[in-house]
Amino acid sequence: MTTKHETYYVPAQSAWPIVGAIGLFLIAFGAGQFVTQLKSGNSGGGYILFAGIAVILFMLVGWFRTVIQESMTGLYSHQMDRSFRQGMSWFIFSEVMFFAAFFGALFYARMFAVPWLGGASNNAMTHEILWPNFEAVWPLLTTPDGTKTTAMPWNGLPLINTIVLLTSSVTLHFAHISLEKGKRSAIILWLGLTILLGISFLALQVAEYRHAYEEMGLTLTSGIYGNTFFLLTGFHGMHVTLGTIFLLVLFFRVLKGHFSVDKHFAFQAGSWYWHFVDVVWLCLFIFVYVL
Amino acid sequence: MSTLTQDQIAAHDEHHHGAPKGIMRWILTTNHKDIGTLYLWFSFIMFLTGGAMAMVIRAELFQPGLQLVEPNFFNQMTTVHGLIMVFGAVMPAFTGLANWLIPMMIGAPDMALPRMNNWSFWILPFAFTILLSSLFMEGGGPNFGWTFYAPLSTTYSPDSTALFVFSIHIMGISSIMGAINVIVTIVNLRAPGMTWMKLPLFVWTWLITAFLLIAVMPVLAGAVTMVLTDKFFGTSFFEAAGGGDPVMFQHIFWFFGHPEVYIMILPSFGIISAIVPAFSRKPLFGYASMVYATASIAILSFLVWAHHMFTTGMPVFAELFFMYCTMLIAVPTGVKVFNWVATMWRGSLSFETPMLFAVAFIILFTIGGFSGLMLAITPADFQYHDTYFVVAHFHYVLVTGAIFSIMAAAYYWLPKWTGHMYSERLGQWHFWCSVISVNVLFFPMHFLGLAGMPRRIPDYSIQFADVNQIVSIGGFAFGLSQLIFLVLVIKCIRGGEKAPAKPWEGSEGLEWTLPSPAPYHSFTTPPEVK
Repeated sequence: MTTKHETYYVPAQSAWPIVGAIGLFLIAFGAGQFVTQLKSGNSGGGYILFAGIAVILFMLVGWFRTVIQESMTGLYSHQMDRSFRQGMSWFIFSEVMFFAAFFGALFYARMFAVPWLGGASNNAMTHEILWPNFEAVWPLLTTPDGTKTTAMPWNGLPLINTIVLLTSSVTLHFAHISLEKGKRSAIILWLGLTILLGISFLALQVAEYRHAYEEMGLTLTSGIYGNTFFLLTGFHGMHVTLGTIFLLVLFFRVLKGHFSVDKHFAFQAGSWYWHFVDVVWLCLFIFVYVL
Repeated sequence: MSTLTQDQIAAHDEHHHGAPKGIMRWILTTNHKDIGTLYLWFSFIMFLTGGAMAMVIRAELFQPGLQLVEPNFFNQMTTVHGLIMVFGAVMPAFTGLANWLIPMMIGAPDMALPRMNNWSFWILPFAFTILLSSLFMEGGGPNFGWTFYAPLSTTYSPDSTALFVFSIHIMGISSIMGAINVIVTIVNLRAPGMTWMKLPLFVWTWLITAFLLIAVMPVLAGAVTMVLTDKFFGTSFFEAAGGGDPVMFQHIFWFFGHPEVYIMILPSFGIISAIVPAFSRKPLFGYASMVYATASIAILSFLVWAHHMFTTGMPVFAELFFMYCTMLIAVPTGVKVFNWVATMWRGSLSFETPMLFAVAFIILFTIGGFSGLMLAITPADFQYHDTYFVVAHFHYVLVTGAIFSIMAAAYYWLPKWTGHMYSERLGQWHFWCSVISVNVLFFPMHFLGLAGMPRRIPDYSIQFADVNQIVSIGGFAFGLSQLIFLVLVIKCIRGGEKAPAKPWEGSEGLEWTLPSPAPYHSFTTPPEVK
């Protein structure tokens, strides 16, 4: 009982957290300035924002390098491994709640806001007085103030993207199984394939956005349908991007032989993250595109 | 690589001997006590900053009419006062206490993720620099209330709203990382034999608080993001003309906001559950029911958010649902108050400063709870809504609730932290000045609210003048009283009577088995808990 507690690892002082704090400061301050300057055309904030992103990237590389070195030299115990795993799970839970806010907005708009503007429930007078010609339908293609747009059909690119992302989850799972069996070349194959699928998903999403903006008149400003569409798919796309970078790092670490059959927390974490992103997409596909 | 390893191990060993010197100790630290100290000082500085803004508010309200500040600046003061007290004073104080106490209470050497711990703290000073700097921007700082309701925060807000939004984002990142660290520490680093139902209640309440934080801070991030895109990128989440709804903002905000108010009170329950038994020289009455009550309050906190929105014209069914769920919260809270009183019943009581603050907490927090019940009654809320009655209610739960419990905790554990006894005489002065002035400050606000004085307005009708003067005098006195605490803490750090390992006769828990001041790393070998 006591032996498992003898191997606590308390790291020495570290400069990475303060570098990270400065990076976040530059990002927050820069982004704040940048957004404010959108109207005026100044661009000072943008530079601060990019400096902040650079600092954060520098911090991530340095911090992870330290952690990887510590792990490779065997400083970590099972307790550390459990702490990392649980930390990652809770982080993913916080991400779930972040998406929940936007899904909540989508459901509220569909179930309440739009029908009420159309006079549902006890809102007959709202409808009569504000916008009597407004028709409450979803997708909301004509907003109360008359902005018009078109709906993104689910059976074109989005369906292909769904297949791509679901397949990538399967290939990543195969990579994981290969890792647990110690089959090196199979890991490289399956993981590489997963990354390629991730990149194709992103490329297709860019194509979809261009199609929406240039041909369909579906933009971020086209009322609540466009708002929820772009914020949900946009934040999801950001997460796919991060996940792909995560998988790329894992890919190079596999090439360097960092993971063993029983010790591969980073791989596990990357795989959890990817599956989470996949599940979010599935909800998106159902609630944003199909229904 | 091998030399580096040697260096690391050497550095690692060296680290165990004691604290590094100089300013870099604080900037680079991975030690839970250093980080706890940083959190607590940061929180106190923010408490005084937010307090200074409250003084501006009370000075302006000393008389009817406008004398000291512009209405827009008044609004910025109420907004930033609220934001600072919630995110800068109360939450960091609890995180600081968690950092100091949880490893000692569960028999661990440190927090589970010490470097992330440092990162969570150092984000905060930067975040508040951004928030405070926005006050000096053209157009002024945030002026829409700490609840930043749309369209005040979208259509009618100043440009600095972008800075407000991003500072909230990074505060949220800090809170989430801090909460993850707390949960992982409690789950993984308990000493052998420290089973779940032996955990000190402070640890239990913080575990549940951390869960709430991880669940709702991301929702706040979502809310501020939608405010940002509505204001700067042409979306209409909260704009009916585009098919959105300003009331939707309130739903999303209060889905975060109501668990948030429990985030600011659950750790208090843990503190009071440690102090009351210690000075009653009796074990806590109803330990298990305390744990279950805390968990029930946390679960219910997700089902009551719309009681903040009774006057927005929700369907009647929703009003009833949220009214009854809200009233249900009185049950577990009542269990807690009953248990504290039952603990004191026939105890061998003594009234050192921590106990005084704890007893005041029980009485005054209960007053805040009762006014909360009044506000929960939907038809009655139509009268109370947006008046000083609400201001009185939440200051009773937050000042005489959360802040008093933090003060009680500081007095109770100061000997363990500094190795010196604090001045009991100054402590008693601090308590009596605070408890009298705080009631002069907040109790009359109930009457102002019932008589119809609206909140967040720099001017008021002449008939409210007398009561407002009393309130303002109470406010200035309460603000000044906190300087006694500042003096007391500084004196206690610099010297004083040496504190024994267990300065309080009736106190229980692993932290009192360590010497005072506690060694740099709490338990290098885990204690066996029987």
